[in-house]
Amino acid sequence: MDINILTVFILAIFVGFEIITKVPPTLHTPLMSGSNAISGIAVVGAIISTKIDGGVGTYLGLIAVVFATINVVGGFMVTDRMLKMFKRK
Amino acid sequence: MAYSNIFYVLAAVLFILGIKKLSHPKTARNGNFIAASGMLIAILATLLSYGAIDLQMIFIGMIIGSIIGATFALKVEMTQMPQMVAIFNGFGGSASALVAAAEFLKTGDATTFTYSTIVISIFVGTLTFTGSFIAFGKLQGFISGQPIVFPGQQLINALFALALLATGFFIVQEPNQMNYFYGVIIISAILGITLTIPIGGADMPVVISLLNSYSGVAAAATGFVLMNNGLIISGALVGASGLILTNIMCKGMNRSLANVIFGAVGLEQESSQGGSEKQVTIKSYSTEEAAMIFDAAEKIIVVPGYGLAVAQAQHAVREVAEFLEGKDKQVLYAIHPVAGRMPGHMNVLLAEANIPYEQLKDLDEINPEFEDCDVALVLGANDVVNPAARHDTSSPIYGMPILDVDKSRTVIINKRTMNTGFAGIQNELFGFDNSIMVFGDAKDMLQQLLKDLKEL
Repeated sequence: MDINILTVFILAIFVGFEIITKVPPTLHTPLMSGSNAISGIAVVGAIISTKIDGGVGTYLGLIAVVFATINVVGGFMVTDRMLKMFKRK
Repeated sequence: MAYSNIFYVLAAVLFILGIKKLSHPKTARNGNFIAASGMLIAILATLLSYGAIDLQMIFIGMIIGSIIGATFALKVEMTQMPQMVAIFNGFGGSASALVAAAEFLKTGDATTFTYSTIVISIFVGTLTFTGSFIAFGKLQGFISGQPIVFPGQQLINALFALALLATGFFIVQEPNQMNYFYGVIIISAILGITLTIPIGGADMPVVISLLNSYSGVAAAATGFVLMNNGLIISGALVGASGLILTNIMCKGMNRSLANVIFGAVGLEQESSQGGSEKQVTIKSYSTEEAAMIFDAAEKIIVVPGYGLAVAQAQHAVREVAEFLEGKDKQVLYAIHPVAGRMPGHMNVLLAEANIPYEQLKDLDEINPEFEDCDVALVLGANDVVNPAARHDTSSPIYGMPILDVDKSRTVIINKRTMNTGFAGIQNELFGFDNSIMVFGDAKDMLQQLLKDLKEL
């Protein structure tokens, strides 16, 4: 089990390097804000952790839900706002 | 539980496809939408497959987060984008750390592997959180942009790092000792601060990229805690992305990552500068005289620096460029990798002023173009056009890739004053035979130039 999940992790890093080196410098800021939004995937972990025990853990999970959602919603929205501005002649 | 994993894989595939579409401005917006759909799928799958959760509380949390996030996203000025990305990095990192902490409080006896990943997740997440807020404070001007250094700083950081390793090790050995748990959180938070305060304002692009990478690493570590593929794959993608951008920024300044983090550059030069300044004799022209040079030119390359954005002169540049293009002249823009305050920042600032992205050229593309360029117009840029980077081994920017503006027939440089750039050094370019200075605020100068061009 552990080795499978490690395999997934390492392969994902390689995929990441492959696709991200193809992003042109012009789009590096949207890339950053967009990947930032993707790191908000922690929201999934946050939701899972809210069910923990009804104690402190649940509240930590709920705060995490708020923080991660800021990251996800804000990140994707601001990326869209920027990409809208990139126009051709 | 098991079927939700299929949706996480789907979400990961959509993230990868989304980033792939970022390889061109035409498809990029669509790509962002695809990535966002992936996130929605991941969230819905989680909500539906984990039964024993308080949906109402989660929805309230998500609504609060959405409102805050959306407000940030809609209100932020494009010049403030680095600050916002810094804050978002901080939120992402802390979310990961909080999840790991929640998981720690729940588990009575987990495996050594799980405890180790919990410690890593809390450490990286907390460090990202405090580091990001320091970076935000520096960019926003709440904290001095100058490197903050004190004697023995490196040693203290090293001691904190050792203490962290020890505490982390003890947690794994004795998970019931809550003091170790608090210890890891506190030390990580302090390290986030002490590692960020010695870094100067000019190096913030590197720091933001690095923190971006950390927020991904934190998410991936949390993925290992929860054994969740969705988090692991997404975290790995973001970690890789941030690392690549960090590397590009370091190369743009010809600095190693270690030098950026521990070098406290900006401070050293200020103290070592003293009276050894070389005098340069400059030619100062009026906008009227400059207009005549533009009138005779066929190929013009604009070199925007951050001073341009500070003066809010992007629209004025576009107006001048459009007028020149109307006279059948070619106008291009040369964008240095560290022209803005974060990777690609200048491109966004110019795109906001409706400058078509085809005209924005990066360093490698544009440098050969200066050879047959009639006028290079340098606006608020300094260190990135300083020829000393090529030959002066004693210069702090020696070896940094620069834009070869001095190869154009004429270089017109607009600056407010003769003040030095971020690196604190005088620019020999200003004294070159083919260099002309036009002093003044970038916006005022460009507006006056446009008037003079129209009157010719």
